[in-house]
Amino acid sequence: MKHYLLSIYQPDGPPPPPEFLEPIMRDVNEVIREMKAAGALVFGGGLYPASTATVLTFKDGKMLTTDGPYIEGKEHLGGFDIIQAPDLDAALEWGRKLARAITLPIEVRPFQHNA
Amino acid sequence: MAALSQIDIARTFREEYGRAVAVLTRSFGDIDAAEEAVQDAFITAIERWPREGPPPSPAGWIITTARNRAIDRLRKDSSRHERHEQAVLLQANDPLDEDESVHDDRLRLIFTCCHPSLATSAQVALTLRLLGGLTTAEIAKAFLVPEVTLAQRLVRAKGKIRDAGIPYRIPEASELPARLIPVLAVLYLIFNEGYAATSGSDLVRGELCAEAIRLTRVLSSELPDEMEVQGLLALMLLSDARRPARVTADGQMILLRDQDRSKWDPVATAEGLRLVQRCVQYNRPGPYQIQAAINATHAIAASTAETNWAQIVTLYDQLLAIQPSPIVALNRAVAVAEVDGPQTALQLIDPLVVDLDRFYLFHAIRADLLRQLGRNEEAAASYSKAMERCENDAERDFLKRRLTELTSRAV
Repeated sequence: MKHYLLSIYQPDGPPPPPEFLEPIMRDVNEVIREMKAAGALVFGGGLYPASTATVLTFKDGKMLTTDGPYIEGKEHLGGFDIIQAPDLDAALEWGRKLARAITLPIEVRPFQHNA
Repeated sequence: MAALSQIDIARTFREEYGRAVAVLTRSFGDIDAAEEAVQDAFITAIERWPREGPPPSPAGWIITTARNRAIDRLRKDSSRHERHEQAVLLQANDPLDEDESVHDDRLRLIFTCCHPSLATSAQVALTLRLLGGLTTAEIAKAFLVPEVTLAQRLVRAKGKIRDAGIPYRIPEASELPARLIPVLAVLYLIFNEGYAATSGSDLVRGELCAEAIRLTRVLSSELPDEMEVQGLLALMLLSDARRPARVTADGQMILLRDQDRSKWDPVATAEGLRLVQRCVQYNRPGPYQIQAAINATHAIAASTAETNWAQIVTLYDQLLAIQPSPIVALNRAVAVAEVDGPQTALQLIDPLVVDLDRFYLFHAIRADLLRQLGRNEEAAASYSKAMERCENDAERDFLKRRLTELTSRAV
């Protein structure tokens, strides 16, 4: 088994209205339940907006603490799931289910060490 | 017995490379280990074959020797992951020459090389390297990219297969149609590499064409209702049928219009035409089917003069609509020249220089149109440009003859 990070990329700005979000979250929770039932989910969850992030930089012997996010952009990591899967095709299949439910792009990336 | 040169041995290894790497990748679970083992077997072959003669079954010899070298290497190299060693040792006594299993291994390797998580350029490079056995230099020339770029592309792609865990398996029926698109593109590129090799002295490397046709046939029999697969097979067969007429006995290139059509392979032509007919009945046209139809139009014509060029222009229009590309536009212009004359065609191809300046055929076609218009000085300049960019000896000789004809006429 390998570990994969499924990152959810989310546009910055105010969250969509509840009537838009609720059916999506229902679908997402269904996928998460399925991942748990299959023993694929290791850990995951949604993040507060990127404006809540703090960046630590250690440079020239000094620690700098600044307001985040680290990378400025129109989209940020909105949440992630760490899953275990036998190979990339299996991980991509979970990624597809999640992308279909959440209607946002999902990046699938392998961890360096096997589960 | 004539001594075997290193070049002879290298040729045999290239022919058997895909088979060996595919089988060994299944054994080792690692493409790099498979390639390394085949390279080790090559070194052993250079030592032994000139002395002992080539083995009766080079493929079997290469796979067995590569496996043994890999086992030796793993015994010495304790830093290697243990599971590789176990895999090698466990499978070391597998039967080697069971066609069915070897053929499955090659299909597996094709789908791994053409996995959608890899960039198209990487898919093509991997398949040509691992299944076609082409060198990095040859692949780089085929794609008009620097060799260093191509080498990096291969390293990164193999790294992704390993690190991301791209599986070594044939996709399930439900995923097959989507997984097929890059596979077909790659097979067609292999065919073209064989049909007009980008470098070296053989205009036609028949074994690459045969390999592409063989692999396409396998796909075609497994997916009889995927019409693009049938179209690609038809396209390859109809092109390959012309192979015996494409070069003279001394290796000089002959243009389609000057070919002795009685030399076209009637069996391959008939099979290609039957496939095109099936495609037309299905009426789900795609790029390969249209290109096959263009070739079918040539195949049924007794001569260039009797060719239905208007139909060919129409087919190119369809092709451009679904797959716009400067190469297609260039080929369309050649057909337009037959219908509307060289002046019209020249006006169509001149703007393509932006995209095709590095492509010798662009300059060769332009030169031919200028020659037909009697603009001999410009034609000579274009032939020279084409020669500078052409790396195939037979095609360069052809261009040289054309250039000589022009300049001697001018004197």
